Amino acid sequence: MELDAMNEKRTLVKQREKSARTGGKLAEEVFCRTLMNIASILIVGVMGVILVSIFYKGISTFSWNMLAEDMGSGFYLNRGGGIRNAILGSVYLSVSATLLALVIGLACSVCMNVYMVRCPRLLHTARFLLDLIWGVPSIIYGAFGFSLMVFFGLKTSLLAGIITVTLFILPIMIRAIDEVMKTVPHGLSESVLAMGSTRSELSYKVYLRQCFPGIVTAVLLAFGRAIGDAASVLYVTGESARSPRGLMDNVTTLPVAIYNQINSPSAAIQDKAYASAFILTLVILIISLLSRYISKRYQKYRIY
Amino acid sequence: MENQSIIKVDHLDLYAGKTHILKDINIEIPKNKLTVILGPSGCGKTTLLKCMNRLTDLTPDIKVTGNIFIGKQPVFGAKTDIVALRRKMGLLSQRPFPLPMNIYNNIAYGLKLRGKYSRTELNDLVEHYLRQVNLWEEVKDRLRSPAVRLSIGQQQRLCLARGLAVNPEIILADEPTSALDPVSSEAIEKQFAALAKDYTLVMVTHVLRQARRIADYVVFMYLGEVIEMRPAREFFEDPREEQTKKYLAGAFN
Amino acid sequence: MNISSNRRTRDKIITCLTYAAMFVVLLLPFALFIGLAFKSELLFRDHSLGQLLFSSSWRPSAGEFGFKPFIVGSLYVTLLAMIISAPICLLSAIHITQYAPARVSKVVTTAIDILAGIPSVVYGVWGMMFVVPIVSRYAAPLFGVQTTGFSILSGGVVLSIMVVPFILNILIEIYRTIPKELTEAALSLGATRWEAVRSILNRKALPGILAAVGFGFARAFGETMAVLMVVGNAIRIPESLFDQGYPLPALIANSYSELASVPEVESALMFAALILFVVVLLFNATLRWFIIKTEKY
Repeated sequence: MELDAMNEKRTLVKQREKSARTGGKLAEEVFCRTLMNIASILIVGVMGVILVSIFYKGISTFSWNMLAEDMGSGFYLNRGGGIRNAILGSVYLSVSATLLALVIGLACSVCMNVYMVRCPRLLHTARFLLDLIWGVPSIIYGAFGFSLMVFFGLKTSLLAGIITVTLFILPIMIRAIDEVMKTVPHGLSESVLAMGSTRSELSYKVYLRQCFPGIVTAVLLAFGRAIGDAASVLYVTGESARSPRGLMDNVTTLPVAIYNQINSPSAAIQDKAYASAFILTLVILIISLLSRYISKRYQKYRIY
Repeated sequence: MENQSIIKVDHLDLYAGKTHILKDINIEIPKNKLTVILGPSGCGKTTLLKCMNRLTDLTPDIKVTGNIFIGKQPVFGAKTDIVALRRKMGLLSQRPFPLPMNIYNNIAYGLKLRGKYSRTELNDLVEHYLRQVNLWEEVKDRLRSPAVRLSIGQQQRLCLARGLAVNPEIILADEPTSALDPVSSEAIEKQFAALAKDYTLVMVTHVLRQARRIADYVVFMYLGEVIEMRPAREFFEDPREEQTKKYLAGAFN
Repeated sequence: MNISSNRRTRDKIITCLTYAAMFVVLLLPFALFIGLAFKSELLFRDHSLGQLLFSSSWRPSAGEFGFKPFIVGSLYVTLLAMIISAPICLLSAIHITQYAPARVSKVVTTAIDILAGIPSVVYGVWGMMFVVPIVSRYAAPLFGVQTTGFSILSGGVVLSIMVVPFILNILIEIYRTIPKELTEAALSLGATRWEAVRSILNRKALPGILAAVGFGFARAFGETMAVLMVVGNAIRIPESLFDQGYPLPALIANSYSELASVPEVESALMFAALILFVVVLLFNATLRWFIIKTEKY
């Protein structure tokens, strides 16, 4: 009886399968796969177009003098001058902000992965909040930095810029380091604790070392963001035509300089914007290559 | 009847990158019997199983020489209609992976892929196959709820039912009970024993006792080679090869 | 087991320090909100929230602050960017994870890494020298419109390129985490590769796809410099793609020189930042919640 039912079902399925047609589906697949190829080609193509046009325009307007001279007072009046001060300003600003963010970021990531693991609810909340501020656009940090500056009675300065940019890259840094530290297996930390280490020893014996390549990548990622961002420092660093001499000096950063140059009515100064954009892009590309190289190379220093 | 084979593996070699994973496999798997592929982990059992319905296509960098024949149709070949061929073979994986849809559609999906059915026909078929794996009573009131909400044992039975629904001749199972609790495992094992009357079953396992319980035939593999293939009783009571004896004695695990 | 008191004190100090750092960082979102709200309070003395959000009259000198043109401008540019980039990202993500050979995937992922690194200002420069002229010379005449090229369209195009790496990376991650066994299951039921992708993988990925597009929207909504440089910045409600627009972030960035002089203008800009902040935060919070909810199934 049951066997009959089974055979009946099997015959039914067999019959229906025979009468099924599959023609239209193939056309759909071919169509969609073509679209997919086009999408990928488009992405690579646009990347190529952007790089080529920035490099082409940039190299043709670039001169070594630009790196050697400060803007000087007459830069925007077309009296010559380079962008050394902007480059230096950007480097000072982003290096200090990155270091500051690294110190705080390491503390936070260690805190989450070594101490807070004992109460998962708290850890979840912390990660949730971090994820939230991770997506906050840089212009808001700019506005916030400005009001903070006014609140503390600071003037526009390199220092105010460093603080603002630190706030801006902190979530990026913490999330990147946390992402690596999460992958340290529990067994490893348990065995270190079982050997009698305190938790703080665990964090620098195991976590920092194990995650070193990841931390380097995080630092370079954050540095790349810091050096490329204009919106966050627009408000707080002021403007200066000479190289910064101290923390309280006004500075112009490279991205802001590019923005000002390209908005100048003079074609000659716009050309300098192209050259500056080329320099900035080159720096960013080098950083991204470096981070790939380093993370590969230091992989072997991991404990296991 | 005894010797009628349905799957014939013919000088099959498989390389993943430069690693030689399967080495000159030659076996014939008899029709409507339960054949167990046995061996320590990492010996290539699962790979061999996946060759049978060419799921190896999903992994890049794999090179295959030799061939497998299902009936008379070659599995590896430019002209093979692999989709039709795969439909003849149900698959049960280590952990159940229900499709991301409700219980009902998990069964109906495969049917609807090829062929049109009326609503009542579909209802009948779904009920029939859920009954066949003894799942009907447990789920009949919540056919429209997501399949992932079932327990893992129920999920595995659902996966079996969905495979049976497309009317395969062969069922390939890759350690189907390894993620299950003992009760669910036993249910699956019983199912398998019953199914062997009408279907050809090929089951990969590394659990000796399980093989002993249900196998009709045993293929023993070690390091990518088939050491021996024999009827289960002979295999366990009178192993021929040195490696088999060692394995049965629990030497490598 | 004996831990010397020296080690124990050091452990305590370090613990306290890391908790302190964590605490300060977690305070940041609240500080941002309170700081901006506090600063925009001045604006609310003379204006109601409805007035600020829905009036289109922006005349700071006359004390009129209607944010509608900016909000609408932001929405248009962002929506346009999403309409362009979301389908491209989806197609490319499926291509990279399901079909493309390893070498091709590598090329595309390298390309999006590079795109992700390019600073906003550089996108702006590129937009001005590449997209804007194309819009003014070729695209607009096609529709019989005359424009300088600085328009919603240019802003949307530049922005769409900028969010591609962001969305695509999330999508790739989503497709990569779908277990291979699911594809295997679909194939062994007799599905073709395409049927497996279309009805099984895409269904499985759907919540993730929605979230990725949402995150992309939030990301694009706050993007400042590049859009500012190509969108024209005329205070009016744009009526076509070729009209100029003035998104919120551009307003904040552009008016910073006026900040110090008029307190009410400063307050207005902080309110603009607050709107941006709340929108982005609401988006992110909702999406995280949505992800947590759907992960259970």
